[in-house]
Amino acid sequence: MSEETKKTKIGYYPGCAITKCSTSEEYGTSVLGVSRVIGPELVEIDDWNCCGASSGHATNHKLSTALSVRNISLAEKDGYDEVLAPCPMCSQRLIVSQDDVEKDEKLREEVEDAIEMPISNNVKVSNYLEIVKNYSMDEIAEKQKKKPEGLKVASYYGCLLVRPPKILKFDDPEDPKTMDEIVTAIGAEAVDWEFKTSCCGGGFTLSRTDVVVKLTNDILEGAADAGANAIAVACPMCHANLDMKQNNIEKETGRRFNIPIVYISELIGLALGLNPKDLGMDKHFIDTGSVINAFSNIEK
Amino acid sequence: MSKKIGVFVCHCGTNISATVDVEKVAEEAKKNNPGVSYTTTYKYMCSDPGQKLLRDKIKEEGLDGVVVAACSPKMHEHTFRNASKKAGMNPYHVEISNLREQCSWVHPDKPTGTEKSVDLVRMMTEKTRKDKSLNPIKVPVTKRALVIGGGIAGIQAALDIADAGHEVIMVEREASIGGHMAQLSETFPTLDCSQCIMTPKMVELAQNENITLYTWSEIEAVDGYLGNFDVKIRKKARSVDLDLCTGCSSCWQVCPSKKIKSEFDMGLGKRTAIYIPFPQAIPSKPVLDREHCLLFKDARKKNIPPNDSKVCRKCLDICPIAPVKAIDYTQEDEIITEKIGAIVVATGYKELDDISMYGEYGGGKYKDVITGLQFERLASASGPSEGEIQRPSDGKVPEIIVFIQCVGSRDPAKGCSYCSKTCCMYTAKHTMLYKHKVHHGHAYVFYIDIRCPGKGYEEFSLRAIEEEGATYLRGRVSRVYKKGDKLVVLGADTLTGSVVEIEADMVVLASAMKAQDDAEKFAQKLSIQYDKDKFFSEIHPKLKPVESSSAGIFLAGTCQGPKDIPETVAQAGAAASKVLALLSADELEREPVVAKVDRLPAPIFSTCIGCFYCQRVCPYGAIESEDIKARDGSTIKTVARVNEGLCQGCGLCAATCRSKSVELAGFNDEQVYAEINSVEFN
Amino acid sequence: MKIKITTKELTSDFAKEVKERSGIDVKKCYQCGKCTAGCPVAYEMDYMPNQIIRFVQIGARKQALTSRTIWLCASCITCTTRCPKEVKIAELMDVLREMALEEGVANPMEKDITTFHEAFLNSVKKHGRISECGMIMEYKRKRPKAALKSALQDLSDGSHLMLKGKLSLAPHSIKGKDSIKRIFEKLG
Repeated sequence: MSEETKKTKIGYYPGCAITKCSTSEEYGTSVLGVSRVIGPELVEIDDWNCCGASSGHATNHKLSTALSVRNISLAEKDGYDEVLAPCPMCSQRLIVSQDDVEKDEKLREEVEDAIEMPISNNVKVSNYLEIVKNYSMDEIAEKQKKKPEGLKVASYYGCLLVRPPKILKFDDPEDPKTMDEIVTAIGAEAVDWEFKTSCCGGGFTLSRTDVVVKLTNDILEGAADAGANAIAVACPMCHANLDMKQNNIEKETGRRFNIPIVYISELIGLALGLNPKDLGMDKHFIDTGSVINAFSNIEK
Repeated sequence: MSKKIGVFVCHCGTNISATVDVEKVAEEAKKNNPGVSYTTTYKYMCSDPGQKLLRDKIKEEGLDGVVVAACSPKMHEHTFRNASKKAGMNPYHVEISNLREQCSWVHPDKPTGTEKSVDLVRMMTEKTRKDKSLNPIKVPVTKRALVIGGGIAGIQAALDIADAGHEVIMVEREASIGGHMAQLSETFPTLDCSQCIMTPKMVELAQNENITLYTWSEIEAVDGYLGNFDVKIRKKARSVDLDLCTGCSSCWQVCPSKKIKSEFDMGLGKRTAIYIPFPQAIPSKPVLDREHCLLFKDARKKNIPPNDSKVCRKCLDICPIAPVKAIDYTQEDEIITEKIGAIVVATGYKELDDISMYGEYGGGKYKDVITGLQFERLASASGPSEGEIQRPSDGKVPEIIVFIQCVGSRDPAKGCSYCSKTCCMYTAKHTMLYKHKVHHGHAYVFYIDIRCPGKGYEEFSLRAIEEEGATYLRGRVSRVYKKGDKLVVLGADTLTGSVVEIEADMVVLASAMKAQDDAEKFAQKLSIQYDKDKFFSEIHPKLKPVESSSAGIFLAGTCQGPKDIPETVAQAGAAASKVLALLSADELEREPVVAKVDRLPAPIFSTCIGCFYCQRVCPYGAIESEDIKARDGSTIKTVARVNEGLCQGCGLCAATCRSKSVELAGFNDEQVYAEINSVEFN
Repeated sequence: MKIKITTKELTSDFAKEVKERSGIDVKKCYQCGKCTAGCPVAYEMDYMPNQIIRFVQIGARKQALTSRTIWLCASCITCTTRCPKEVKIAELMDVLREMALEEGVANPMEKDITTFHEAFLNSVKKHGRISECGMIMEYKRKRPKAALKSALQDLSDGSHLMLKGKLSLAPHSIKGKDSIKRIFEKLG
């Protein structure tokens, strides 16, 4: 990697779920922790707001667009060319909103009026997998301290990293590979399985837990049947549903999974030799000990 | 001297060998059968090396009889007979034992299949032993074609044949050529105007020196056979002398009977008693409709010759032709006989017009429930409303129009199970024509499936929905009833599971293509076969799509089944090319597998007792009668005789004959009994 | 179910309205059912996703807007991704939800879902970001039945989150709360 890209400063949009003291804070903690070791430098966008998430787009398209676009305009004001939104709900909302105002002049005017800022739409919004793949693969190889043994990882992308593909233009929507590449790069085995982009029920965690239980059960079964002993995710909602609800599912279906659900950033962090606690790995519902213990120092 | 027979057993890949032990079949064929001097098996007998094997062994082993145990003789009898001919053998000493269709495909179990195969091969060996050499029958060819029907199919076929330099006689029963295509407003999927692409072809046909056109004429009788048909044509009395008439239009302008429903306008427009069907008619000369003409009506009533009636002679009076007028009330039907080498049948279809069979749709009851062809006339610039979509009852422009697909088709309960193939597309076209003319209008289509397999058809039908805004509802309509000046259409949308009720201004039934009313009679006249729906049958749906069951008679267009214009034109071209192939030879060779009624020396002359049962069962009209005469010219007896040109070798006559006087070459009694007796029954 | 079409009530009007609002052209849908086949929540829906499109196609406004389906859509966008005719089905569900709320005809059977959305956006409106505790409390207060049903589970999940420091009682507020309020005022 060239000296120049190393210095790249990227606007950081954590979104509500992964900031400190939130339900998925370990994702944010590990993303930031990892970036401190291998870059790129992430700087939080000043005064960012919630993108509106599913409740936004599900009930008010204009409002949802404005809430999302406000953050892009803020990033632009701060002078970033690229913004990382590790939460796929956020990155998808930001990118789709950018696309919407790009295609609809009238909507753009209304939104500009509401956010009281101009929209120039020159900021590229990236998800976490893109950032790792584009900036950090060589760095990981260079700075890796630990390697896992016998860790079989099912990479679970969920919906929002890849869909809608025509707008997001990220990876193969039916069989994405980026996360698998990262998993393989740190020396774990990426298992081939069929539920990479199946829906976990997303925002129905509270309102329709029954739906979430059914869908996540399918995913957990798929991973277990493929021989995975861990599932890697890059989405706080997927994580919440698979991790927090795993006991519920076990109670309802009678099948015991006990599969740790880890963020891809946590796996990278472990490979870099970071302290699991500093990565927030003690905050999961399902114990992550088996994953942590799979890593041991690389003998040089 | 007994024959030296070779038996060749084909594996047909694994089609036969999977369920038949082919080696054993070959082995058994030799056992206890001194006639069989050579046996072998081969993976694909029909392949080039397979045929070479056959040829080589005929020569090397000196074979004079061959049994190929393979697939159906319909598939490859010809192939193996040709191969044996090349090896210098008379091809009629080759027999096929059908081990595939009649054995391996129907028996799942190997021992049974093998046992049956052994029997089948033995049977054919016995038959082969008694095969006689046969030679093809040669018949001369009259180099003139007859095309029956002057729609787009007939016109295309006639032009193709005439352009290749052969004489064509075209017979059209209406007063003008053009057929249904001349009635259409625009055509799918390009929306080009039907008349614009049709009339140049009509003119071209009329001006082609190789074509003789008989309109207002019908086929009276067809006799003879391939290459040598005798055709009687009835020229119906037109009451107009086509040689004298100039088509000046004076007569139909003065005709006082102006309220006769125009057939061309599907009853929506009016015409006079002396009329041309439409402005671009060819010939552009009138016909007098004797049923509706006041003079003829009066003559019929008074029972006097028409010329004696004085009720109305306006057309005759105004006719400017002198000294002999072009109008002739005394004209009578005329029968013409033509010698013909090959025939193209292009008699077309009839739209389902008896919509009263759909009482639930108010068919025949409500004026504003119309057929597809009626809509074509409404949309046509030359139609009764000059192209404005007006409903028949009050001339109002319909704001909501409902199209109902599959009327008279895909409806077994009403006796029409087939798909009429064109209605999906023409309905899509109708919605577009309607939307183009009535911008604020709304078109609804009830359909079961949307079938659009032609080139550009899928796109066309989606254009109707996506761009032109027709609303398609998936379901049949159950009922149409009148409410005020609206027609309430009660249908369903099965995709949502709901009942849909539409208050429409007009309803168009996508009525099916049916066979002509007289199709059955006509087919019998020509000795060609027809299907359950009275459409004429091709011999093979895939490999012989334009050949009728009678040699030398070909099919083109919708008389064979519903089809659209491109398909009709393609089929007409194909029929024409078949005709041209026939007419290009001076003599034709025919299969010698024909029946023969015996002839014996005097005083018996023939064992035929002249019951003519054979004539009754012959589907090809091949049985004639012959008077056996004494020297003084007196008739000794009348016996049957087979016309070799017409006989197709089906064997019905031989099977029917009670005095055993008929023999089918290659299938004589001796051979058939030898086959049967060779099977060991247990 | 019965759908009536007269000169006054025409099917095309509803489809046109949807198109004007969202740019989604439902006429393109040829009802192949691929959306339904791939929908993870279809088993719970009262009408299949393709039927919802059909309702819009044939102007069955009431059936579309009062359906439970539009609320049960999880916005996973599998349908849009795989649609052979490029109809944005998931996005259509968004528009229909929006219209159902505007017209006050959202299906009461899915009140848990609509209340959740309401609570979520209220929190955003107030603080600029989600205050998870506040949002959940509002939701539970408004849907006591649902709250009771999942009380034990919530208690265990909640206490775990609290213990791990992942659920903050204090809201995460932003500086520009006013600008968020204005966005809500203008577009909410």
